[in-house]
Amino acid sequence: MIIPTKIYFRVWLALLLLLVLTWGLAQVDMGRFNPIAALTIAVLKMLLVILFFMHVRYNKPITWIFVAAGFVWLAIMIDLTLSDYLTRNAVPPTLHHTWQHGAWPAPSKEGP
Amino acid sequence: MITAVPQTDIPRPSLAPRRLSNYFEEGGRTLASWLLTTDHKRIGLLYLYSIIVYFIIAAFAAALIRIELITPAGDLVTSETYNKLFTIHGTLMVWFFLIPSVPAVLGNFVLPLMLGARDVAFPKLNLLSWYLFNLGGLMALYAVAFGGADTGWTFYTPYSSTYSHSHVVTMAAGVFIAGFGSILTGLNFIITIHKMRAPGLTWFRLPLFVWSLYSTSVILVLATPVLAMTLALMSLERIWGLGVFDPKLGGDPVLFQHLFWFYSHPAVYIMILPGMGVVSELIPCFSRKPIFGYHFIAFSSVAIAVLGFLVWGHHMFVSSESIYAGLVFSLLSYLVAVPSAIKVFNWTMTMYRGRIYLSTPFLYALGFIGLFTIGGLTGLFLAALGVDVHVHGTYFIIAHFHYIMVGGMVTAFMGGLHYWWPKITGRLYPENLGRLAALIMFIGFNLTFFPQFVVGYLGMPRRYHSYAPEFQIYNVLSTAGASILGIGYLLPLIYFIWSLKHGRRAPSNPWKATGLEWQTSSPPPKHNFHETPVVTEEPYQYSPVPEQRLIYG
Ligand SMILES: [Cu+2]
Repeated sequence: MIIPTKIYFRVWLALLLLLVLTWGLAQVDMGRFNPIAALTIAVLKMLLVILFFMHVRYNKPITWIFVAAGFVWLAIMIDLTLSDYLTRNAVPPTLHHTWQHGAWPAPSKEGP
Repeated sequence: MITAVPQTDIPRPSLAPRRLSNYFEEGGRTLASWLLTTDHKRIGLLYLYSIIVYFIIAAFAAALIRIELITPAGDLVTSETYNKLFTIHGTLMVWFFLIPSVPAVLGNFVLPLMLGARDVAFPKLNLLSWYLFNLGGLMALYAVAFGGADTGWTFYTPYSSTYSHSHVVTMAAGVFIAGFGSILTGLNFIITIHKMRAPGLTWFRLPLFVWSLYSTSVILVLATPVLAMTLALMSLERIWGLGVFDPKLGGDPVLFQHLFWFYSHPAVYIMILPGMGVVSELIPCFSRKPIFGYHFIAFSSVAIAVLGFLVWGHHMFVSSESIYAGLVFSLLSYLVAVPSAIKVFNWTMTMYRGRIYLSTPFLYALGFIGLFTIGGLTGLFLAALGVDVHVHGTYFIIAHFHYIMVGGMVTAFMGGLHYWWPKITGRLYPENLGRLAALIMFIGFNLTFFPQFVVGYLGMPRRYHSYAPEFQIYNVLSTAGASILGIGYLLPLIYFIWSLKHGRRAPSNPWKATGLEWQTSSPPPKHNFHETPVVTEEPYQYSPVPEQRLIYG
């Protein structure tokens, strides 16, 4: 399938526009919305590249499945890694009891 | 080449004059015709030559390690040299021998033949993979020649990224580049299996080796980019002080372990799934029975590939991983035992009441089942949170993963190499020497690694060049075993080379095996089949054959 050049050109312009937007928003301090804004723009750019430059938009469902698999695997990597980081300070009740009674020294709250 | 054909007592399948069209003759015999080839069979052989070179260097490092460990004192090499030796051994064996061994050598050679195809889907990409692989390999060898790295094959931060004074970046760059070769091979295989199957070759008529290669390829494609990214981040931190892993720069060293093992645990399955695929071919052929539980074996490969991505945290039970994450990873690790056991039980059931031929490939397959089972079950010890605290970082780990990688994968690789040797070269190897080598390898292997289970359980830590005197007996046994194992590897190397000139000529199907690769001549013509085969029956339609009809060298 041949895609007209003007589509590539428009997508490229859109990417440049989003780049300018990223830079522009970086000049404004939006507090906790800083990463949200930056990541939203990044996702938009990524979608444009995947759908148009990588031709996924014009491809068969099997290609969509393979692309989706890539994202599922990325989600697995992030989720299970976070399962560690987000529960670092959570202590099971029995262990907590042991620490309170001085059998083991409790780990410091400061972290390594 | 050879005009006089040795007289054999086996009648030829056909009286037609021997056709000289095979992939050695067609396309030329010049060096350029090999280095620029796009023929999957020649590329498979190019991989074979390369991995033998890397294997010999890595085995030499292992030999020095074992000699050092004969005595408790660190007397042969300094601790710095020792660190470099086990880094060389691990890095070269994992990335430049084990990962390409079955997929890139045997897979490249037989996959298109098994599918009834003329080649892989992207022959030029296939050649590019080989060049990337060797570019990476040469880079790693360059690092070795100019001082080596001392991080171990795992490149743990912050040691690798901050403190080590060795060639970490060059070594990592070698692995990084070779990784792209892996990704391209994986992609090539996936697309070949989807697109190049012969008419009538439906998914459930595929040989189980193809299912295992498919699962392996999925891992190669999905996991290897994460390794590349992780090594790149580590190198960038080392060169420019990018703060990703070093706590002093606001990074987190355990993050490296998460990312590294997200690749490297699935990579363990890159190093075992193709071996399981080989064994699934050998068992029915030499038991003369259809495989038991075809669908179960096929889907257990896929299940292992998927589950393999969910268990990496079992490498960090004692690296400050949270208790809850440890529980989850421990449970998921246990689940991997299910598809692995399904395979072992199905292979055993295939042999039950079969007509068993104790040929060399079958001996290797038997060895695989036993050694893989020991390796797999000791993996369950390590997946248990409590036991792992005790044996973490000891020789118990070393023994466990060598049972999987050497006892499992290398054994399967040897089995597959013997099985397809007549197809690859058109020659038979000497059968009795083959059986002897298989036996020597089995004995040598167990003598090398079984004492390491014991000494590890007793508390001997890995990665030290000196140790407490009470551990000496186990280490002496282990070194003795390694010498026997060395003979077990040397012997096939010698008789394989011998057989190239002096081996008996192989007919197209010496084992009376099913599978399309046996329907073409040995060695096959450049484009594999003179006419595209059509598949009309289920796989593994074996029935007992009288002894004299199997052809041995
Ligand atoms: Cu693991």
